[in-house]
Amino acid sequence: MTSLSDEERLIVAGSDGSAMAMRIVAESARLLGAPRLIPVASAHIDGALYHGDAGTLFAEELVRLGARTAIRATLNVGALDLMGCSKSRLTGSNRDMAKRLMLAYEAMGCERTWTCAPYQAGHRPALGTDVAWGESNAVAFCNSVLGARTNRYGDYLDIACAITGRAPDCGLHRPENRRATVVFDVAAIDPVWLASDWAWPVLGTLFGREVGTAIGVVSGVAGPVSEDRLKAFGAAAASAGGVGLFHIIGITPEAPDLATATGGADAGPLAGTITVTPAMIRAAQAGLSTAAGATRIDAVAIGSPHLSLEELESVSQLLAGRTARVPIYACTGRHVVREADRTGLRKALERLNVIIVADTCVVVTPILPAIDGVLMTNSGKFAHYAPGNTGYGVVYGSMADCLESAVTGRPIMTESGVI
Amino acid sequence: MPGVVQALQAEILIPGPAANGDALVLAAPISFWGGIDPFTADVIDARHPDRGRNIAGKVLALPGTIGSSSASAVLLELVRTGLAPAAIILHEPDAILLLGLIVAREMGWQTPMALKLEKAAQARLTGRIAIDMQGRITPA
Repeated sequence: MTSLSDEERLIVAGSDGSAMAMRIVAESARLLGAPRLIPVASAHIDGALYHGDAGTLFAEELVRLGARTAIRATLNVGALDLMGCSKSRLTGSNRDMAKRLMLAYEAMGCERTWTCAPYQAGHRPALGTDVAWGESNAVAFCNSVLGARTNRYGDYLDIACAITGRAPDCGLHRPENRRATVVFDVAAIDPVWLASDWAWPVLGTLFGREVGTAIGVVSGVAGPVSEDRLKAFGAAAASAGGVGLFHIIGITPEAPDLATATGGADAGPLAGTITVTPAMIRAAQAGLSTAAGATRIDAVAIGSPHLSLEELESVSQLLAGRTARVPIYACTGRHVVREADRTGLRKALERLNVIIVADTCVVVTPILPAIDGVLMTNSGKFAHYAPGNTGYGVVYGSMADCLESAVTGRPIMTESGVI
Repeated sequence: MPGVVQALQAEILIPGPAANGDALVLAAPISFWGGIDPFTADVIDARHPDRGRNIAGKVLALPGTIGSSSASAVLLELVRTGLAPAAIILHEPDAILLLGLIVAREMGWQTPMALKLEKAAQARLTGRIAIDMQGRITPA
């Protein structure tokens, strides 16, 4: 049974938007077996992506009942590019309802961030803080890289937590559930490959498959790993295996050493150690492509999770003024677009056949031309979802290889991807 | 005579009106998002053994669910359009999926009940089935 405080019970008994939201949180807590609700400091909301009219009607009902967010709440992507950088092919009623959905979430006081990388748009809760985040890559980054504490908050529960400032006390909010039980050892992998642009989406995919919903700790990584690479690792792990929290010894904040990451002598025995071999890496890498034998590509998509400003700048450096033969869809948030507009980067890239996609991305809404095409990407997450969601076959490659391939229209693989 | 051999008692996870419908016991776990078409209630997961079946109006027994954050959105859309199962039977509560029913109830929509029943008992469900508001399952 979930026991509510006097204040929470008073809110539940009401008839306004807060009451509806509190009932949703309390009912979820009951189903999850949570003994109580806990305060949460912020939310990241994935519910504003259109999946049908019901979600729009729910959000508009909350608005009608006067619901407002009680805590900081950033918005994940919607189905439309409200910045007007790119065009979704959603039409008619679907387009109208997708837009109404986005506006309803804005009306409740959510920040118009419209990004799946809120942690690079200024939303970075402190180590140990309880928050309620949605979107699998954001959840993985928030738990693992920031060390804040969140479960995976799905559609509707995310906004209910933001309105009430409460969440069920269970899962990854509790320190005892954050300890690693599986070691994922990459010590046998060539450090040169580990430091390459190819490595982290592939490693994340393998980690997700091997570890699944258990908590894993990566050992054997020497040297620093950039935030953008951790972002790519977490996104791939979350889409391949439902990973909500990972640790990397010496890199992530709850894993200064193996003993700390696993809870030391107090914790139970480890469930196992996965010794990663080059053959496992090769298989994971090959599995990311569904159109490996393609002799031409129709488009390149980058930016899942959304590109940081540094990543967008690297596109410009790698293209070095050459116009791409096939379009490069570069998905990012308006926090980056604003900066790219200010410096002229966006215009310069658009002249080279780069299509900036803001507020959304090419696998959640129909932006790519409706053809039976081949898409090249450097994203493990795009590679996972593009075949089902877009109908395109996928070729996986590094950022540099993706851009070289866009320039020629043929998939180009350099030696750096070989392990 | 097919059907449940004897009455079974299930635990009520989400209450709802008494249900009557054909049993559909899925042969494998499913993710509602990407697995069920929210506009037709068809099983669309290409790798699922029950692909092509339709869950609308059925007493739907799920041997497992694969969590997607948007499973609740698919179920909510099915409830809104009247294409939801007559009842949903799970061996353990899936809070993300059932959130679709919790929200539907808040919207004032007709919400099917959700029940908890172990997998072995689920497998015995066949033919037309009645479930009363207390969770008692009998042949209809």
